[in-house]
Amino acid sequence: MKTIATRNGTPAIEVEGVECRYGDTVVLENVSFTVKRGEVFFIIGGSGCGKSTLLKHMIGLLPPAQGRVRFAGRDLTAADPAERKALLRTFGVLYQGGALWTSMTVRENVSLPLELFTELTRREREEVVALKLAQVGLAGYEDHYPAEISGGMKKRAGLARALALDPEIVFFDEPSAGLDPITSLKLDELILQLRDTLGTTIVVVSHELASIFGIAERVVMLDRETHGVIAEGDPRELRDRSADGRVRAFLNRREQPQAQEGGGRR
Amino acid sequence: MTAPPSHARAEATLEGGTLTVRIGGEWRITAPHPDWSGVPVDGKPAAVRLVADGLDDWDSSLALFLRAAESWGEQHSVPVRHEGFPAGLVRLAALLAQKAPAAATPHPGLPDLFTAVGTATVALWRETKDLAGLVGECAFSAGRLFRGQAQFRWRDCLHEMQQCGVMSLPIVGLISFLVGVTMAYMGSLIVRQYGGDVWIADMVGVAMTREMGPLMLAIVLAGRTGAAFAATLGNMKANEEIDALETLGVSPVDFLVMPRMAALCFMMPFLALYADTLGILGGMLIAALPPLNIPANLFYAEMQTIVDLSDINTGLIKAATFGLLIGLAGCLRGLQAERSAAGVGQAATRAVVTSLLLIVVANSIYAVVFDILGW
Repeated sequence: MKTIATRNGTPAIEVEGVECRYGDTVVLENVSFTVKRGEVFFIIGGSGCGKSTLLKHMIGLLPPAQGRVRFAGRDLTAADPAERKALLRTFGVLYQGGALWTSMTVRENVSLPLELFTELTRREREEVVALKLAQVGLAGYEDHYPAEISGGMKKRAGLARALALDPEIVFFDEPSAGLDPITSLKLDELILQLRDTLGTTIVVVSHELASIFGIAERVVMLDRETHGVIAEGDPRELRDRSADGRVRAFLNRREQPQAQEGGGRR
Repeated sequence: MTAPPSHARAEATLEGGTLTVRIGGEWRITAPHPDWSGVPVDGKPAAVRLVADGLDDWDSSLALFLRAAESWGEQHSVPVRHEGFPAGLVRLAALLAQKAPAAATPHPGLPDLFTAVGTATVALWRETKDLAGLVGECAFSAGRLFRGQAQFRWRDCLHEMQQCGVMSLPIVGLISFLVGVTMAYMGSLIVRQYGGDVWIADMVGVAMTREMGPLMLAIVLAGRTGAAFAATLGNMKANEEIDALETLGVSPVDFLVMPRMAALCFMMPFLALYADTLGILGGMLIAALPPLNIPANLFYAEMQTIVDLSDINTGLIKAATFGLLIGLAGCLRGLQAERSAAGVGQAATRAVVTSLLLIVVANSIYAVVFDILGW
């Protein structure tokens, strides 16, 4: 097994007092949590609570209005351009629809990060592409264009691309969105396999209860009304024993009498 | 091959016919790491042992190394064993060893000539049918519109008129003016040689009203409005908005295509008049300057001797036709668009190409028809 967990004790990601806003609208404020190395961590919450916004702030697409996001102790928000680039390479992101570049084949999609950021020869790159596609169960689809494969396969190919540089952390934005239960289950298994094989830290944004109870080790729950974290911990424990009615309602998939927003979208 | 402990290393020692490779350090695919081709295997060892020794961090790069060692062993019939490697790494290397299964659907290569010609012919036939189908639907829709039965929103039509009419005045004006300037300047070089300086007015007047005014206008609007129609409709198709209209029992042709075509067809003659005027003004400016020195009133009077209402009318008829064609091509390509972001971009490009093709063909037909009619 990989030994990074013992190599140094700092958590994989530290989110400290992050405030997310669009213009004058505050979406989240004072959000703090840490993600340990090698853990499967979920960011959950109802629709419109700011899960995806938080993800965008964590991966550096949007700068937080306040607060810090640190990867292995290094601050992404305050990093100079060179350090920022190096930090960005330590994680991969699987976007909701796979976000494959439509003008390139699956092979070219996975191979591009290798071409840009490694000194591998063409033959080695081909081998890595084959390995990554085999890892996600897409072997043999190298020469297909994104338009020629199904939604689930696009996500797998997107995951292969996210894994191309063997990142220490992989972010998943709503991995089950638009997938049938079986495909979604397979993707969850793939996530666990990834963690078990490479010791990768996994951060998932989701509101899919099946996934949350299936693979999440720890969750933070965001809330739209309070603009922040309302619960953190093991999802099974939160479901049964949380003191907060909103958390129990969400995780038990039932409507909360006084809440304006219901539970999960589906 | 010795390197600082944190760097990836692979140290080979040959003892009694067995090559032992000690692998350690931190293996990252983004950092330099040893390659199997760098391991000295010239002595043809009887066996190879790969031993994990102080292995720190690892990723696919080490799996590649192990796999390279194994395939070398397979090629040279030398047994390769590995000891003390993490289970995950061994699994990864085994995954690399698996032959990729054939893809579910093999990707087609380049077709041969006959297939290519055949496919192109079928595609052309389908295109023609699509175009004819849309023309037919538009005709029926126009019939419904005149009977007051079409689901036609005047507000949309007025909005489109504003978009393709008023909003395109600056660019149409600038281009027409410059076309008039260019034409007068180039023409002056010829007519001065024959002492017929004043004929420049005739040339600019006839050319602008009959040909250049409507044609340049159509080219500008094909790029500006035709592409916008295709992009809008393509986007609506990708978002399933057109499906939503159809399930509501609303004809997309009535609701989306007709307002656009009507707006363009109605506005084009006005824009053509505007383009003619600006073009003639451009010619007038060049004529008034040295070396021609023809005052504006003389230019106008000379122009009136040759440009009559039939010249202007033919231009306006052409402009209205071009408007219909641009609207038709834009909407057709938009409705045909693939349901993706790339499909929308492609639709816009194809709309412009189709519009230009239709415009040039129509212009040639009109040239012959007007000649026969003596207009």
